[in-house]
Amino acid sequence: MTRRQSPARRREARAGYLFLLPFAVVFTAMLVVPLVYSAYLSLYRRQLVGGTAFVGLANYARALKDQEFLAGVGRVGLVLLVQVPVMLVLALVLALVLDSGRLHLKRFVRLAVFVPYAVPAVIAALMWGYLYGRDFGPFAQLAKALGVAPFDFLGNGTMLGSIMNIVTWSFVGYNMIIMYSALRTVPAELYEAARIDGAGEFQIAWSIKVPALRPAIILTVIFSVIGSFQLFNEPSILRSIAPNVITRGYTPNLYAYNQAFAAQDMNYSAAIAFLLGFVIMIVSYVFQLTTRRKAAAA
Amino acid sequence: MSTLVTRPRARRHPAERRSWLLTVVVLLIVAYFLLPLWWLAVASTKSNSDLFGSFGLWFGSHFNLTRNLADVFTFADGVFLKWLRNTVVYAVSAAVGSALLSTTAGYALAKLRFGGRNLFFAIIMGAIMVPMTALAIPTYLLFAKMGLTNTPWAVILPSLVSPFGVYLMRVYAADAVDQSLLESARVDGAGEGRLFFTIALRLLAPGFVTVLLFQLVATWNNYFLPLIMLNSPEWYPLTVGLAQWQATAQGGTGAQALFSMVIAGSFVSILPLIIAFLFLQRYWQSGLAAGSVKQ
Repeated sequence: MTRRQSPARRREARAGYLFLLPFAVVFTAMLVVPLVYSAYLSLYRRQLVGGTAFVGLANYARALKDQEFLAGVGRVGLVLLVQVPVMLVLALVLALVLDSGRLHLKRFVRLAVFVPYAVPAVIAALMWGYLYGRDFGPFAQLAKALGVAPFDFLGNGTMLGSIMNIVTWSFVGYNMIIMYSALRTVPAELYEAARIDGAGEFQIAWSIKVPALRPAIILTVIFSVIGSFQLFNEPSILRSIAPNVITRGYTPNLYAYNQAFAAQDMNYSAAIAFLLGFVIMIVSYVFQLTTRRKAAAA
Repeated sequence: MSTLVTRPRARRHPAERRSWLLTVVVLLIVAYFLLPLWWLAVASTKSNSDLFGSFGLWFGSHFNLTRNLADVFTFADGVFLKWLRNTVVYAVSAAVGSALLSTTAGYALAKLRFGGRNLFFAIIMGAIMVPMTALAIPTYLLFAKMGLTNTPWAVILPSLVSPFGVYLMRVYAADAVDQSLLESARVDGAGEGRLFFTIALRLLAPGFVTVLLFQLVATWNNYFLPLIMLNSPEWYPLTVGLAQWQATAQGGTGAQALFSMVIAGSFVSILPLIIAFLFLQRYWQSGLAAGSVKQ
């Protein structure tokens, strides 16, 4: 539109800024400022003599060579590759089953799978920690009753798998609800037409429902990428049970926390947190690019 | 509107017969989700000796629930009750505050035309990916300079920002508020403020409740932020307090009586949210449906 803005349009624009303002103020204070401050911190180093000095990207260079940090990134990368697909496939299957209308006790199933989302990660980790444990965990009790050696859920080789199980338990329902809600909005006529053409239920699920779920699935993948890279609560709680298995750098976030508060190295901690954010952004971006390309090719 | 209308389910296709076989398979999966909670409920009725001496998935010889609850609520001058109160205060104020902020921002971004609104939205979307440590640690340092650490503000203020909430509200507002309704009210001379408060707000209510629930759960369950920000037990939320009890219990040295208390305390802390879930179920679906279909 080339004509000058009408008074009504100007009023609308002014209202737009006013309505956005409260959020923008809090957003700036609680997100932009800390982020900028963190970026600033990450470029400095506190020295024994002479206080704090500008060191450029030295903290980042140190992190990229820090075996403890890289091992943590490797662990959460493994969670992303193993746990996230298992969790999302389970969520997708449950959502499709709920939507198919072939289930008895549908409301009960939906709520029962969703309920773990209401359990704080701290309590989920506490609870599973006891369940895994040798003192009074039911798995150890069963093994004892059967006269076999109890499985060590909290050992060096098994801990990561045990953590993945806790995360899966907590978040299948959450992802299922996102997918199920999206499924409910697919127009029913689409299925009717396919049925008239003789398509079976599995065919309908695979060729109509799953493609219709694409945006919801992409959303859940992005959230899972962010969630697995930020893994903190579960390892932090299990650390009190298995301090020798869960080291201070078990996950990058645990490492950043320990660098900041145990080692008092805020500058290095800020650099780690920034690198982690960077990795999350790249992985999410690459994922979005590949799905978009696939969609274009299809 | 189409994204908000769930399709009618009353008429079923003959092929949509319910299957008991499928139900049984799904119930096995459901058992995986419920058994840990069943264990927690059973374990919270046990004395410490039964905890070690009886089978985990069934009740022990003594029904010790009242005794455990009394321990939970009286230990250290009833500090658990303070944690419960803190959790409620933090979660409710963060949820109401962030839902209000998200609603006005989401409405503005979806329904009002002003310069730079796409840029604002892009920045807010980018913020979803910022890891919490990248924020929590510098926020802690800034708050320490202002003397805000170890106060309720240290937990509430950072929890007021929910970029995901703004995203959900923008998508929701785009569908729920009819543009022509706004235009005709404008022609009739209604101001923008009146449009929002008399027309839009009522239509946005389900989305508002969805964002409120998300932030309520997120703040109720938050551990990292309060762990960093608070150091006096009287300000702890349940998560930090229980984690500390657990660390003490695990530390051994005569603290074994703490196990039954940690377990009963955990059980008590998850009840309020589970009850809230039972009553507010439908809101998860309506708000999320809008958010996940459109991107």
